Amino acid sequence: MLKQYPTIRFILMRAGWYFMTFLVAVTINFYLPRLGKNNPVDIIMGKAGSGLSSEDARQKEEKYLQEFGLVKVKDGEIVRNAEGKPVMASKLEQFGNYIKMCFMGDLGTSFQTYPKKVLDVIKEAVPWTIALQLPTILFGWIVGNVLGALAAYRRGVFDKVFFPFALILSAFPFFVFGMLLVYIFAVLFPWFPAMGGYATNLEIAPSLAFLSSAAYHYILPFFSIFLILAGGQAIGMRSMGIYELGTDYIRYAKSLGLKEGKVLMYLFRNAMLPQITGLALSLGTMIGGALITEMIFSYPGLGMAMLTAIQNSDYPMIQGCTLIITVSVLIANFTVDILIGFLDPRVKAGLQMGKGA
Amino acid sequence: MKLLKNLLKSPMFVIGALLFLSTLLIALLGPVFYKVTMERVGAQYGAPTAQFLLGLDDLGRDYVSLLLRGLRSSLFVGLLAGVIATTIGTLVGIYGGFRGGVVDDVLNMLTNLFVVIPSFVVLILISASFKEGRSLTLIGVIIGMTTWTWSARAVRAQSAALKSKDHISLAKLNGDSTLRVLLVHILPYIFSYVFMVFILQVSSGILSEAAISMIGLGPLDTVSLGTILNQAKNTGALGDGIWWAFIPATVVITLLVFALYLINTSMEGVFNPRLRK
Repeated sequence: MLKQYPTIRFILMRAGWYFMTFLVAVTINFYLPRLGKNNPVDIIMGKAGSGLSSEDARQKEEKYLQEFGLVKVKDGEIVRNAEGKPVMASKLEQFGNYIKMCFMGDLGTSFQTYPKKVLDVIKEAVPWTIALQLPTILFGWIVGNVLGALAAYRRGVFDKVFFPFALILSAFPFFVFGMLLVYIFAVLFPWFPAMGGYATNLEIAPSLAFLSSAAYHYILPFFSIFLILAGGQAIGMRSMGIYELGTDYIRYAKSLGLKEGKVLMYLFRNAMLPQITGLALSLGTMIGGALITEMIFSYPGLGMAMLTAIQNSDYPMIQGCTLIITVSVLIANFTVDILIGFLDPRVKAGLQMGKGA
Repeated sequence: MKLLKNLLKSPMFVIGALLFLSTLLIALLGPVFYKVTMERVGAQYGAPTAQFLLGLDDLGRDYVSLLLRGLRSSLFVGLLAGVIATTIGTLVGIYGGFRGGVVDDVLNMLTNLFVVIPSFVVLILISASFKEGRSLTLIGVIIGMTTWTWSARAVRAQSAALKSKDHISLAKLNGDSTLRVLLVHILPYIFSYVFMVFILQVSSGILSEAAISMIGLGPLDTVSLGTILNQAKNTGALGDGIWWAFIPATVVITLLVFALYLINTSMEGVFNPRLRK
């Protein structure tokens, strides 16, 4: 099937694999929070139920039970047993409901900000997270790799100064570095704001005041992720570069008298592949770490939304956030996978022979 | 032994190992020489004095005591998670790589699946569902069970490469059981890899616990370095510049991770001689 179009075949196969992974992730996302004995309706009734008459409370509870998909529903009506009590849905039926709702783009209703939809809360948070994480990770990866390759190639003084520096930077946990930056550059020397994504007296609008405030608040979180990431990537690239420098093809290229730039190009190209694979493997950790950085800076992104949800036991919200995070990690990994398919001559050769990868 | 000799020649390894051993000693022996107390001994966020060198926390507890207790928790959780992850990962990897075929395909698929599903997310979901009785041990077990995939990947490749070597065929002809072949004839060859990944697993276990505690899903039964930092952030000590609430804890955790990182990096250098020059 599709033998004459190996590239499309490759992409489709990877997409199929990731779709399967997605299904497993959704299952985990549904079942894990239900390990403990947390009936969401009890939690929300604890908040909303006080001061209501028993009849009102009962009606409200049934409305919630239906809304969170915990009871059997037929033709829009709750199925009742002989005593008129609602019949609870089994875990499997609940799971079916959950999957159906997920595919319809409905992630449920938040307890904390009831009746606000989880998806609406996430929609407000996601742009902030993307604006912070995407440039930081890409930029950190590129800068780290270029510096690492240079250190491997030049060695000498540059390497002697650069390597220990990068080593120390990359050993810092994200949250520690974030806290130190806040303490030094926002508390000791109040040059930058310690928290938030923009000045609270401003409206979110494409105005100059708002944009400059957002940029000002961007600097500290950006550097707290960027420096650590670049340091880690540089260390990896340096090892790879030194390893590749000792290989026969580089010696051969040098003995041919090729220009230094050309040799460096060959070196970079080969050393880069494991680095891209490494990026795919560590994306989950990076995004997780960056989310904690958001919490430290009270940055109005997903990390903060999740922190608030955790503090309030807002389960639909926690599940919504984890699902979105998992999906973005999967999409990022898929992109990197496809990229490797195009960049790695070995995978490409495999494709052209029609074997797939 | 030659390996150890080479390792001891690397200053990076010596510094890392000494640093790690001294944190271990402090965690074990500290409470013998210093009177650790979890009682209230003074005012909220009392400043450092001669008696309480690192000041007092939000509840008026002595920070030196809290740090000693926290260091112990972090080491415990890291080692527990590391042992679990390395054991599962090594078993899955060594067996899959050796057996090949369908068993290997299934195990490999499982590994790849859990590599891309972020373990951080799984950790949050499980921790959030245990509202009561979330203990340090439970968190260590969860971290171990969500991070075994690195070991499995590293070990599988090595095990697959070894399986067609002559001495393995000889052992099979000799009638050795699969378990014996795996443990006696394969494991010793890949032990250095397993150990290197173990070191990484320990440090990632320490970091994961701190991270999950930072977001308020930490252990409820004890103090850890993560819960100290969580308290500093939640009570606003960070914004108020009460440095003793978070600087000592961040220093301890960074030193701990840095020591393990040095050990790992120096071992990589010894195993890959090109890096040594």
